[in-house]
Amino acid sequence: MGFMPLIWLRVAVVCYGVGLLYSLLLLSKKGNLLAKVVEPAVGLGLIFHFVSLVEATILIGHVTLASIHYSESLLAFLAMVVFFVFFVRYRTTTLGIVIFPIVFVLTFISAIGQTPVMITSPLLRNGWIFVHVVLIFTGYAGLFLSFGASLLYLAQERALKSKRQTSLLTWLPPLQTIDDIGYHALLFGFPFMTFGIVTGSVLAIERYGPMFFSDPKILLSFIMWAVYMLLLYTRWNSGWRGRRAAFLATFAFIVAICAWAANTFSRVHKFIAS
Amino acid sequence: MNYVLIGVNHRTAPVEVREQFAIPEARLPEAVRALTSCPGVEEGMIVSTCNRVEILARTTNELAGLDGFFQEFYGVDPTAYRTHLYEYRDRDAVRHVFRVASSLDSMVVGEPQILGQVKEAYATARAVGGVNSQLDALLTRAFAVAKRVRTETAVATSAVSVASVAVDLAKKIFGNLKGKSVYLVGAGKMCELAARHLLAHGAEKIYVSNRTYDRALALAKKFNGEALPFDQLYDTVPQADIVISSTGAPHAIFRKEHGERFLSRRRNRPMFFIDIAVPRDIDPEMNKLDGIFVYDIDDLQQVVSTHVADRRVEADRAEAIVQLEVDKFQARLQTLDVVPTIVSLQEHLETVRQAEIDRVRGRLGSLSPEQELAVEALTRGIVNKIMHTPITTLKSAARESSEATTLIDLVRKLFGLRDAKADVREDEAAVGGGKSRMRR
Repeated sequence: MGFMPLIWLRVAVVCYGVGLLYSLLLLSKKGNLLAKVVEPAVGLGLIFHFVSLVEATILIGHVTLASIHYSESLLAFLAMVVFFVFFVRYRTTTLGIVIFPIVFVLTFISAIGQTPVMITSPLLRNGWIFVHVVLIFTGYAGLFLSFGASLLYLAQERALKSKRQTSLLTWLPPLQTIDDIGYHALLFGFPFMTFGIVTGSVLAIERYGPMFFSDPKILLSFIMWAVYMLLLYTRWNSGWRGRRAAFLATFAFIVAICAWAANTFSRVHKFIAS
Repeated sequence: MNYVLIGVNHRTAPVEVREQFAIPEARLPEAVRALTSCPGVEEGMIVSTCNRVEILARTTNELAGLDGFFQEFYGVDPTAYRTHLYEYRDRDAVRHVFRVASSLDSMVVGEPQILGQVKEAYATARAVGGVNSQLDALLTRAFAVAKRVRTETAVATSAVSVASVAVDLAKKIFGNLKGKSVYLVGAGKMCELAARHLLAHGAEKIYVSNRTYDRALALAKKFNGEALPFDQLYDTVPQADIVISSTGAPHAIFRKEHGERFLSRRRNRPMFFIDIAVPRDIDPEMNKLDGIFVYDIDDLQQVVSTHVADRRVEADRAEAIVQLEVDKFQARLQTLDVVPTIVSLQEHLETVRQAEIDRVRGRLGSLSPEQELAVEALTRGIVNKIMHTPITTLKSAARESSEATTLIDLVRKLFGLRDAKADVREDEAAVGGGKSRMRR
């Protein structure tokens, strides 16, 4: 990543820092001191982030994933975009309590990275790979958001059941809203995830033939997709929500992280040219 | 003081009994007139709300009661309701009025409606001449005390009625109440009130079910809702998002297994059960099901009371304020009691002095202006010296103890002062009513 994009990214990190602080304050029950500034702050962060990504792309000269840090930055950016889509619809920043820390960590890592792992695999010069990554990442973002929503759902449900007037009850959005966000985030992410996996599969078949299925990364990705599907199905069919939905979402989230981590062991899905 | 207060409230009597004593707004002036026309009653007012009926009067003497009013207006003998009615006199009556106005005696302590209701009752009674002088003083003070409690303690902060707590909770569960349906099990007053609140906040459909179908029909008609037969209760309840139950059933109507059936019928969409029945209609076990939230009347009240972190401390502070104000009020009234005696004592001695001077004037012959003044000063000095101790004793007795009445009687007897009651009443009227002070 060049010099200027890094500057913009660092500015974005500072903005996201406000979001992080907001989440921490909420968690420590200090109330929402930053409630008024958090929206403009992370919004500004998103703009700088966008500028950074665009400049990085221009600098390299074509659409590509130049480094691990670039893709982390892209994932964070997409998560933030999805968050804002839901913010516009539901007018609540409470989900940020889960999203802001993830986004902050991802952008922070990619902003301080001195010697990023360069992605040298020639395969990644292919524009389709970029499409694949964006689709998958957007799917991830939907999953993150849904996961966050199910945690909030659990918290709110517990607060309501305990019958004590905790501060949770006052700042969390209504149960139904949290539930809607969780469900719609899943619905939103699912097609992206599906097409992401389809494009990935097509690309892999093209290069490696049908052998690629035995690869751990691919296997985990398919498991994740299946869990994702299960989440949607149980929700759609029997209206699973609350505790059961949260467990499933947590499971999907863990599988997603495993799939992400599996790059290390993957033959098919590695970034460094062998 | 001679204040008498007889009443029923939510703690001493069930709704059926309170209903018997409740007086609709339209009949209130008539009731106040009936009260003040009772023998021995000087002033009177009546507060009638869904949670309480308070009949307050000032009588001519300590023994007068309100039995006559109960027989005449309600046609009942109050002794038959001894378990439900409470009676306070004087200091205790003052305390009770202060507590009621400050909302310390309310079902939901600190709820703001009661003060308004007391003020309305006061205005009604005043309009028909039920309140003047001493009751006026009491009520004016009560309003000031209520204000003090409100501003100096946190008792009133975010205190609201049970019905609006139910609405808040429903909003915390469903977000917007738009399009939500409410199912009333039982057609009681509380159900109706809660339903009215929910409707006002956007709930759209009302279902009513009651053991007597006609009552369900009547209530459903009020809300433009739908009456459902009671034997189809379990099949129809899952249609609703919010269920308010207030039947007189001795056992729980809804148990955990019902809840499970409802949830599967509703595909796990959440349900909110509000149980305002005592004994409870809903097994608390049902609250353990995912997606079902059960709040009974105590839970709702608890939610209200936990709004303020240290509610009890605040309530104690409020009670302390009331106590202090009662003391102040009593002291003031007692000082007032003493004043006419002092005045008539002064007047009495002054007449004696004048009479004595007139009597000896002839024997003294003509006096120079200086001598005239000297005689005047001498007699006045003697009178004042004699009066000094009795007056200060009376004043301090009025401030400090309840002996004042005995002392007043003693002084009157010793000096042969007459027309005590008339004087007292006139004086109180002057102070209490803010009228100019006139002697008869």
